Amino acid sequence: MKKQSHEKAERADIYLNGKYIAHVQDALKFVNDFKKKRRAGLLPYQANIAHYPELREIRINTSHGRVRRPLIIVENGKPKLTKEHIEKLKKNEIDWSYLVNHGIIEYLDTEEEENSYIALTPEDVTKEHTHLELDPITMFGLSATLIPYPEYNRGDRINYGAKMVGQAIGIMCNNFLLRTDTKFNILAYPQIPLVTTKTSKIMQDFPEGQNIVVAVMCYDGYNLNDAIVMNKSSVERGMFRSFYFRTYETLKKRYWGGQEDEITIPEPGIKGHRGEEVYKDLAEDGIINPETKAESDAVLIGKISPLRFLSGEEFISDIENKRETSITIRHGEKGIVDKVIISETPDANQMIKIVVRDERIPELGDKFASRHGQKGVISLLVPQEDMPFTSDGVVPDIIFNPHAIPSRMTVGHLLEMLAGKTGSYSGQILDSSAFHHPKEKEIRALMKKMGFRDDGKQTLYDGRTGKKYDVLIFTGVLYYMKLDHMVANKIHARSRGPVTLLTKQPTEGRAKRGGLRIGEMEQQCLIGHGAALTLKERFDSDLTKIPICTKCGLVAIHDVLKNKTYCPTCKDAQIVWVEISYAFKLAMDELKSMCVYPKMNPKEL
Amino acid sequence: MMLPPKYIKEIEKYAEKKKLTEKKKQKIIEKIESLYKRFVYDPEEPIGIVTAQSLSEPATQMTMRTYHFAGTAGIQVTLGLPRMIEIFDARKEPKTPTMTIYLKKDYQDIEKVKRVAEEIKEIKMKDIVLSTTIDLTELWIKCKLDTNKMKEYNIDIEKLPKKIRIRGIETKIENNNILKVVYKKDDIRGLYKLKYSLLESHIKGIKGVSQVVVNKEQDEWVISTLGSNLKKVFNIEGIDPTRTTCNNIFEIYDVLGIEAARNTIVEQAKFTMEEQGLDVDIRYIMLLADLMTVDGEIKAIGRYGISGQKTSVLVRASFEETKKHFVNASVKGERDKLKGAIENIMMNQVAPIGTGAFELVGSIPKTKKAEKTKSEKPKKTEKTKSKKAKKAESKKKTKTKKS
Repeated sequence: MKKQSHEKAERADIYLNGKYIAHVQDALKFVNDFKKKRRAGLLPYQANIAHYPELREIRINTSHGRVRRPLIIVENGKPKLTKEHIEKLKKNEIDWSYLVNHGIIEYLDTEEEENSYIALTPEDVTKEHTHLELDPITMFGLSATLIPYPEYNRGDRINYGAKMVGQAIGIMCNNFLLRTDTKFNILAYPQIPLVTTKTSKIMQDFPEGQNIVVAVMCYDGYNLNDAIVMNKSSVERGMFRSFYFRTYETLKKRYWGGQEDEITIPEPGIKGHRGEEVYKDLAEDGIINPETKAESDAVLIGKISPLRFLSGEEFISDIENKRETSITIRHGEKGIVDKVIISETPDANQMIKIVVRDERIPELGDKFASRHGQKGVISLLVPQEDMPFTSDGVVPDIIFNPHAIPSRMTVGHLLEMLAGKTGSYSGQILDSSAFHHPKEKEIRALMKKMGFRDDGKQTLYDGRTGKKYDVLIFTGVLYYMKLDHMVANKIHARSRGPVTLLTKQPTEGRAKRGGLRIGEMEQQCLIGHGAALTLKERFDSDLTKIPICTKCGLVAIHDVLKNKTYCPTCKDAQIVWVEISYAFKLAMDELKSMCVYPKMNPKEL
Repeated sequence: MMLPPKYIKEIEKYAEKKKLTEKKKQKIIEKIESLYKRFVYDPEEPIGIVTAQSLSEPATQMTMRTYHFAGTAGIQVTLGLPRMIEIFDARKEPKTPTMTIYLKKDYQDIEKVKRVAEEIKEIKMKDIVLSTTIDLTELWIKCKLDTNKMKEYNIDIEKLPKKIRIRGIETKIENNNILKVVYKKDDIRGLYKLKYSLLESHIKGIKGVSQVVVNKEQDEWVISTLGSNLKKVFNIEGIDPTRTTCNNIFEIYDVLGIEAARNTIVEQAKFTMEEQGLDVDIRYIMLLADLMTVDGEIKAIGRYGISGQKTSVLVRASFEETKKHFVNASVKGERDKLKGAIENIMMNQVAPIGTGAFELVGSIPKTKKAEKTKSEKPKKTEKTKSKKAKKAESKKKTKTKKS
């Protein structure tokens, strides 16, 4: 910041929320007065003022939506927040609003921040400083502050770590049993981290992982390339077990003409009836009972909707005018009905919500991560008897590949392991917030005091042979998270399935039971190999037979009822059947719509 | 199968050197022939696709390492993907035109080489002017000349005024180091423009050659330049016109012809790939270069070049500018014979490529039953027969609404 000189009075224009309101002769005096008055409580504390000497402008912002953050005010090289304040705060004599109202702490927005000189720690404060950071940790966002020992990690790893903390399965709120979110995950046995930060202490009602014993070693190459080898027995004991909740919802709508949806078990004969076997789990009211097992595509709510609105003259029998519109479990998902809620919407339609819960036990392919951007996927579940063990009989839950460390340089990951180990043996919860926490030396000393090696290394024995490993192996306790990327939500394959109406080609995407597309490059690959017949077969998905008029070269008509094929324009012309991709027929139709005449000239082969 | 004459010549040379008997020589030829056969593409093998893949896979590797420049001693040349795009798009003017000038044997002396290099480098007025002053009332410009530099560049001060070719001015030398330019018109704005064009005016050397670097390349002096003008360089004494090249393909085409242009495309593409540490078989690049130059002129690979000139309407329409191609085809009444792979894939037919290119020749003797069904009305035969009717389709002149 430029040193403010009071010698020369600089004039400036004042803008309030972007609108010009006044002009002052002495800009600096105005700004200082403004701040003084705001700190004294004479002006609203939400107002921020920014001075641009080079533009000769003063901008006052009071609008909503600005990002502001609290800072301790520094005057004459001394922070206004004193030890007495802190003592009083501890005794609950004063609170945060007291500090804000008494000009000890103020909120700055991004513009005013440009005019201030902020010290990171109390030791850094000089006479030139205008503010002091509440804590150096404020340089991180919320999720980044959950990472232990962040200053020991490379910056990008913090970034990845913070991102993955957001994907972790934990307990997102304590009333989840009452909620009906579309979908959410709950961890079965969550733990608060052994190595905490200030923020994770605050967040301890919403834990997001478990403290896991980790050995840093290889296991037959199964943990190659960020794969994780997990202890099967630990999993069977409930490690990282989670529940997947999904809410299905339907309304009993009322339609014009007194017709309405009906929630019952659909009778056979109704359009779209799925067969009586499918409805066997429904209670008499047409709604499935809680704690019923429901497999993929099972009906949860039996529902019938009117097909068409009746218009006086037409006569359609009741049963013909109805269509089955039951709510089913999504394809590929299963679960147990957790709760059934029957309620009413504001416009008096009956509403039914069903929450289905599915137990998710860790399986091959599930994604896990520590808080340091070290993610991995389960590649093998090993029975406990085959896992390595220490002389005390401790068996790791996860075997983590040492190759994940050097290139990523996540030293915090290693430190957390050591601290976690210390904490688990001493029964302490260690603080690891950024910049001030017990140093590595202290953790090592604590380890030594308890009679362990201070570097966290241990002798391990091979579970399969019982032989001692030649080297000492680094073991420790890490806070691991199960991430919201489970194979059960992603696994997908198709042999037959639905097609799109327009092109008659297979649908796209897992939710629609779609096919996996053979793209342009894959197609060229087949051409490259000269596999002409394979190529044709692969694109047979929309193969159709169409009649073609040999005279006009357009698509002819085939009357199924009369079993007659004829061309509507040239009456007696010969018609040939041609096998062609439906997409091409569609393309020809579209050409016709833009007045281009695509004439087929079929010849006998 | 015969080996190319070049190979046989090489084998003979080797045989002579090693004094091999005729029998042994024949054996070598046989062995090489069998090896050679292994690398020959089979009939109907889709070599175009293989070429495209062999070139584009390394090209995707290149995108990951863009903006990596490694110029040869002082001259920065466009390399990597941007250069590849330049070559295959057949840009008229490359971003950094360069020449590599080789010299005759009797010019392999550093002093002589430097003199040739000096002759090539373009010298503008601004290179020898120290400062300028403008008199707005008298309408003249005075340029203070750098006599040392002029000596270095071998410019005679007396001849300087003649070399400035700008209309409507009078030039004079004052005090042996000042060039006075008098503007004849009464136009102050024009005077400022004059100053600019005066400083930019060409004095010596070849126009457009802004940088000249002398390098030693395996016991031989080579001049590399930034900016190219082959025609003029060929006129300079001491230059070996048989080896001197530039990287501007169109310039080579103008000066040396289409064969030379083809060779330059191959050379430049190969060089760019190799410079990036990528190894592509030269035959793929050759195929591409051949394709670009078959018509006797350089065609780009893309909408206005090879892809835009394909015979099949459907293929052209499936590439770019779909509407344009369909409408034009309908106006002309074009007929698509469906001989290519892409058309047949679009229509889901067996593409005439690889295994699909062959059919049985000769007909199977017809049984009585088959004959019967054929003579009958097509109605009944529809379901069993004519599955593989070959189709050709054409577009006839119709009204087009808009477009």
